[in-house]
Amino acid sequence: MKNLENNLENDLKKDLNKNIDEKPILVSFLVSGDPNIEATLKFMNALDEYCGVIELGIPFSDPVADGSTIQEANVRSLSNGYKIHQSFDVLREFRKFSDTPVVLMTYYNPVYKRGIENFIVQAKDAGANGLIIVDLPLDEAEQYRTICKKHDMGTIFLVAPNTSDERLIYSDEASTMFLYLISTFGITGTRDSFEKMTFDFIARAKNLCGKNSKLYVGFGISNGEHAEKIIENGADGIIVGSAFVNIIKEYGDSETTPYKLKELARELSDGITRGYDKYNEKNNY
Amino acid sequence: MKCNTKCDKNGYFGEFGGQYIPEVLKPAIEELKEAYKELKDDEDFQNELSYYLKHYAGRETPLYYAKNLSEKLGGAKIYLKREDLLHGGAHKTNNTIGQALLAKKMGKTRIIAETGAGQHGVGTSMAGALFGLETEIFMGRIDTERQQPNVARMKLLGAKVTPVDTGSKVLKDAVNEAMRNWTATFENTHYLLGTVMGPHPFPTMVRDFQSVIGKEVKKQIMEQEERLPDYLVACIGGGSNAMGLFHPFLGQDIQDSNNNGAKNIKMIGIEAAGKGLDTSLHGASISKGEKGILHGMLSYFLQDEDGQIEEAYSISAGLDYPGIGPEHAYLHNLGRVQYASATDKQALNAFMELTRTEGIIPALESSHAIAYAIENAGNMSKDDIMVINLSGRGDKDLNTVINSVNKLDNKIR
Repeated sequence: MKNLENNLENDLKKDLNKNIDEKPILVSFLVSGDPNIEATLKFMNALDEYCGVIELGIPFSDPVADGSTIQEANVRSLSNGYKIHQSFDVLREFRKFSDTPVVLMTYYNPVYKRGIENFIVQAKDAGANGLIIVDLPLDEAEQYRTICKKHDMGTIFLVAPNTSDERLIYSDEASTMFLYLISTFGITGTRDSFEKMTFDFIARAKNLCGKNSKLYVGFGISNGEHAEKIIENGADGIIVGSAFVNIIKEYGDSETTPYKLKELARELSDGITRGYDKYNEKNNY
Repeated sequence: MKCNTKCDKNGYFGEFGGQYIPEVLKPAIEELKEAYKELKDDEDFQNELSYYLKHYAGRETPLYYAKNLSEKLGGAKIYLKREDLLHGGAHKTNNTIGQALLAKKMGKTRIIAETGAGQHGVGTSMAGALFGLETEIFMGRIDTERQQPNVARMKLLGAKVTPVDTGSKVLKDAVNEAMRNWTATFENTHYLLGTVMGPHPFPTMVRDFQSVIGKEVKKQIMEQEERLPDYLVACIGGGSNAMGLFHPFLGQDIQDSNNNGAKNIKMIGIEAAGKGLDTSLHGASISKGEKGILHGMLSYFLQDEDGQIEEAYSISAGLDYPGIGPEHAYLHNLGRVQYASATDKQALNAFMELTRTEGIIPALESSHAIAYAIENAGNMSKDDIMVINLSGRGDKDLNTVINSVNKLDNKIR
């Protein structure tokens, strides 16, 4: 029975990863409704060309894991009257043009309040491939995981450099789509550079669980050089949020914004390519 | 009535509690859980804590029979547990000394805290100075403006006060900012949470440090009245002073073995009804909230249909938190504690009443509990005994009270 369950999970994993190329990918994060919901659809379309996955944030009033950039984006969206169903609506529209995997990122209360199953069914129906709930650790996630499994919804758990080996393996098993590696301690936001801790963490995760899940690194990545360095050290992808949100903050819902978003996405993609080449060289592939 | 006063190993009181935290905090929370588990039964730690509570903080605090107020209201005998006389001016000192000592034993060099009314910030700053710990206090910008005397005290005590400009700029936003800071600094920093909320083990740990209040009341009322009280009353923001008073009496009705008269002691927590429960301006998370998840716990929160947390309101900065500690949520569901509320107006009236009848200026938070007595004591028997936790003193609230009372009906002449 256990083997059957494992096989089903592995099939689900393969299925959810079907659109993800073997080459490392860019995951771009946007906050729904920032600065308005129509703009979110435009921005998703702009980023689509360069992204392996789009991460769409559902704004929450109290985003404790986020730095000021994303907090402010949440405030901009909520103060414009954002409602959760709008994220589902925008995703449904996006699905008319693209099959790029989309994961929804939020905090647990909006999911809990809507009813866990209700939320997951609605998200699935809108075209979401997976969910990231930043304040839902594995220990509290049993019911959530069961419902996700029932509806073939991908689960993505976060791990940090101080996560124990045992929890890394457990998180890997529980993540059906990819494993989210937090680059360092703290909250989201752009950083100038990465410490040795980040690269040691990628290596440890790769050794312990990379065979099972894709390892995508997030928090603090904002330019091509960062992307290159992270990929060169073995990550399967990078997750970039605050750097895109900063562009939206600066240019708002203007004609310039999609252009600037694409420009950054291209820079990050180039960095990924360089990093991948270096990684292959290092490993004699 | 059977009431389980312990949480399970995962930190749940019934269905409430838990550890809803970002993964990066998991090792920090586990470290805290283990350290507290080890030290709470450690004789040396408890002796050291008792030493500081007695000789530094001034325990035990008096249990005062408020004769004038009791006679004026014409019903129950009202006793006041004088936490306002504790060093720092509020019950918060019990918890800050306990946690700061724990932080020191854990090898932390820095403590951070959130504060609303500023009393927890002052208590944390005092403990930081006492134990030589670098201290940073997060306080909503609006609260820094309305609680300036406490901001000045914190700074004098050597703490860095960081105003929080996000969200509604009050207590919940200060909690958010403290949690964010903790995720980046936990290696050398202890988050000294101020009330019985947050992820496990904070609700039980803070409750244990505050339980000294109820333990003393139990002893003192036996000395003065030779029996246990009929009513215990305390105000509720996050709920720490109330839990500190109630907890030693929970289960008393089924296990009172000293022939003290087994009884069902009525416990009443008073939430902030602000401008009224029928308005959106209140802080009554049990009366008007719904089950939800925030700040690491499953409990009751004020929220909208999308699960966005709503702003709480109270004239008293310490009560405008939109949630409640999980043990209170559990006791409410169980029906073991009754939760009522008092409006700003009732609290202001109670503030004036206690000041004039007893010469005691209470904190606006505590005035909510006094308001319950004013409303209800007259209908009780003269044999009934009511203990109210006077959780803090009102110096910090003088500007608010004078402005509000002048505005309301020019009562101060």
